Formats: sequence, structure tokens, C-alpha cells
Amino acid sequence: MSRHAPSPRSTNESTGDHDTRIVLDAQEIGRAMTRMAHQILEHNRGADNLVLLGIPTRGVPLAHQLAAVISTVEGRDVAVGELDITMYRDDLRRHPTRPVGRTRLPVPIDDTVVVLVDDVLHSGRTIRAALDALGDLGRPRAVRLAVLVDRGQRQLPIRADHVGKNLPTSAGERVRVHLAEVDGTTNVSITRPVVANTGLAKENN
Amino acid sequence: MRHLLSAGDLDLATTTAILDLAEEMGQVQQRPVKKLPALRGRTVVNLFFEDSTRTRSSFELAGKWLSADVINVSAKGSSVSKGESLRDTVLTIDAMGVDALVIRHSASGAPLQASQWVRAKVVNAGDGTHEHPTQALLDAYTMRRHLRTLAGDGELAGRTVAIVGDLTHSRVVRSNVLLLQTLGATVVLVAPATLMPSGVASWPVSTSNDLDAVLPEADIVMMLRVQSERMSGGYFPTAREYTVGYGLTRRRLGLLRPDAAICHPGPMNRGLEISADAADSASSLILDQVAAGVAVRMSVLYPLLGGDY
Repeated sequence: MSRHAPSPRSTNESTGDHDTRIVLDAQEIGRAMTRMAHQILEHNRGADNLVLLGIPTRGVPLAHQLAAVISTVEGRDVAVGELDITMYRDDLRRHPTRPVGRTRLPVPIDDTVVVLVDDVLHSGRTIRAALDALGDLGRPRAVRLAVLVDRGQRQLPIRADHVGKNLPTSAGERVRVHLAEVDGTTNVSITRPVVANTGLAKENN
Repeated sequence: MRHLLSAGDLDLATTTAILDLAEEMGQVQQRPVKKLPALRGRTVVNLFFEDSTRTRSSFELAGKWLSADVINVSAKGSSVSKGESLRDTVLTIDAMGVDALVIRHSASGAPLQASQWVRAKVVNAGDGTHEHPTQALLDAYTMRRHLRTLAGDGELAGRTVAIVGDLTHSRVVRSNVLLLQTLGATVVLVAPATLMPSGVASWPVSTSNDLDAVLPEADIVMMLRVQSERMSGGYFPTAREYTVGYGLTRRRLGLLRPDAAICHPGPMNRGLEISADAADSASSLILDQVAAGVAVRMSVLYPLLGGDY
């Protein structure tokens, strides 16, 4: 996988059989996050009862970014935490044992409005797992979902309430979110296999 | 991990991963719903050929809180009392299609033997005078949490742990020495010459017969139970004399550094190796050790059974 410094979207890079393109740079991500923070506030009519829970790894810094915008706008702090969903995944048996992340609830979530925050919404299975995990931790009044990128291809009846960018993709493409806190750079890239004239590529279609 | 038979099988990275995971697992104890779905559909059998309260019940809770099905088989009330061999008992249970066997046995090496016969994963829950790896893990977990409340990085590296008492008959000491060495701690073993294990010279530890001299150096003092049931007599003249020489008495509490902590794997012989003053003092981590048992055993079962194998 290639890493990019914050760069204009015209940057194209072809490495062998893959073509990587930046679809959101750091500034655009910042604007999208600011807009989502406002939407969350608007929808909730203020910051009362709000709890932002990031899903590790990259949902956590995103949740903190949303919280920072919200506290600037509202002039008060909003509760932020992390919710690990590893042990609730439906594909645990299909992989070697997965490492478990941190779960930190800033406040009891009973009767709060929980906003789950993740980087990419794809199959919807992560969010299904997150809803199960929440159910074992308490009973929020409502649960909403904020994602930086919605790339479609849902396999479960789940949708996001707040979306940074809709990015229709095909199954063969890879969407990568890079955040300074985790990856050292901030951008969203999409990698698609270059269609080569081989029987193999055709089979994959 | 294929099995957990010895604390010596765990390298630093694996040990640290288990101890860190135990911090997460420990939170489940505080939750309204004490249940994680990670081991749904897995079956764990506690096969105890020797008596146990805390190890068996904490393995049982650990399995149940991870949603595994857990059954307990003890020697009393099973076909073992009709004379069935270890091999036949283990093969019988394995044939039922269980995923893990947690084995305690009075013979050193029984879990290793069993692991070569069965398809299931095997966890050593204490074998004879050999090893008790999950006890060493929960001791390390408890010590690490204690050290974090003090200044510094909270790691065991560079700390001094004194292990005192009936070392010859202790599986806890063997597992602790291996694990504490992996974690970088300095271990001092203290016992009368009759209870010092043979071959201790080759262990990565220093030894002493003088408890009073060692106590002021120790960050952690671990007192071990005098295992009268494994003794055929003659290890020390009288219980009174043992207490005077090697018991953690009220007088000896005064020799400890103020931030030093006291551990005991239990069950305690109060008045023999540890006084009530020591066991119930503010420096005592003994109940923390018990509380850590479930979390640590959860974090042992999860990597064994959580993924594809």
C-alpha cells in the first residue's frame, strides 16, 4: 500500500497492477467532519445527552475530532469514548485470533444518545457487531451512526445517519482512510486493480 | 497458541498481550451484562483430578463470561474413582468433541501427556509440583497493576520479587520464576535449605536463607503455602520454628519498604507462613489476586479458542 503526503487529488499513482487515487485530502476531510458535527448537533438539538463512541482503530480519532468541533460550537465538552467490537464479530472463526482493542465508556450509556463513529461503512457487519456490543453495555435512548466514507455494498439492513462522503465503489476496489493520529498522514484513497489482459483479471470480474 | 502447558512457553510479546487483554476482560466484571460472545459454541471441560476452589471456579466463570459451554469433571464422582486411567478419561472426554481441556493433576507432566493424546487444546491448571502457568500470569497481572499505582512505568522489569516458603513442593514458584524472568524482574528465592528445590542453582534466580535480610530489598513479597499434604515429614522441626524463621510475622511487616506489596496464591495457612496482620494489611494484594483470576483466565482462553484453528 502506498502512503501519500497531503496532496492534491490529481495525484495518480500506478504501482504494478494497482491504481491509487486520493479522493479526499486533509482539508476536505476537515470540512466534512465539521459539517457532520453540525448535523449531529442539529439532529440532537444541542449536545445534551450526547455520547460519541469511536470504533477502533480509526473511528476513535474521528470521534475526538467531532467532539472538538462540537465543544467549540456549543462551548461545552461532549463525552467521547471507544467501543471495540472484535469479540462481537461474526467472522471470528474465519481468521486466526484477532487482537482485542480498548473499550472505554466516558459515562454510563443508559438513556443517552450514542453516536457511533467509524471511518468506512461497507458491509454493515461492523455496525451490527457494535449494536450488539452496545446492548451488553446499557440501553441508550437512541443510537446513530456517523461515518467518514460510505462506500456502499451493504450486506445488512444498516444505514448511516451522517456521512462525510458517499463513495460508490465496486467490490474489487479498496478504500483506505489515513489519519494523522494513526498513519501519520491524512487522506482517503481508493485503489482499484488495473484491468489487465489476463484470464485471471477476467475471472475476478 | 496451541496449548498453555508452561509459563516458559510464553515469550515477552505473548505475555504482554495476555496481560493487556486481561485489563479489557477485567472490565466485564463491572458490567451489567457479564458476557462476551467471543467463544459462543465452544466447549471447555475443567478436568480436575485434584481439589481446587479458586482455580476451578475462575476457569468456569472465565469460560462462561466468554459464552463458552463449561462443564466440570472432578476425580471424585467420576470414573476415575472406578480406576479409569488418565489416558482413558482424557480420550473419552476428547471424543465428545470438546474444544479445550483445563487439566489439574497431582502428577507433574500430566497435562503435557494429555496434550499429546487429544485433539482439543490443553491448559495446565496446575500439575503436581511442576507448573501453574495461569497463576503466574495472574500474579504478574496483579503486580503490574499494583506497580502502576506507584511512580514509574509500572512494569516489572528491574523490580525485585522475593518468593518465600515451601519452594520444593510449589508449582507456583516454578511458573513464576519463568514468567518473571521473561518480564525482566529479579527473583530472590527464600526458604530453609530443606525446602529449596534441588537444581535451583541452574535457575535464573538468587537464593537466600535469611528472610530478614531480603525483605528490605523487595518490591513484592510472595509468600507460598506450606504444603503439608505433599510432605512426608522432616522438612522443618516444628510449625512454630518455621514461622519464626520464614513466616511473614507482624515484626517482619516492619522490615518491608512502605510501597512494597504482599502476595499469596492461597489457600493461606494463617499463623504459619503468613500472619493475619500481613494477610489483611493495606499492602496485601491477596484479594486482588483472586479478583484477577477470572480476567486473566479469560484472556488465556480467548487466544486459544477465539479464532480459526
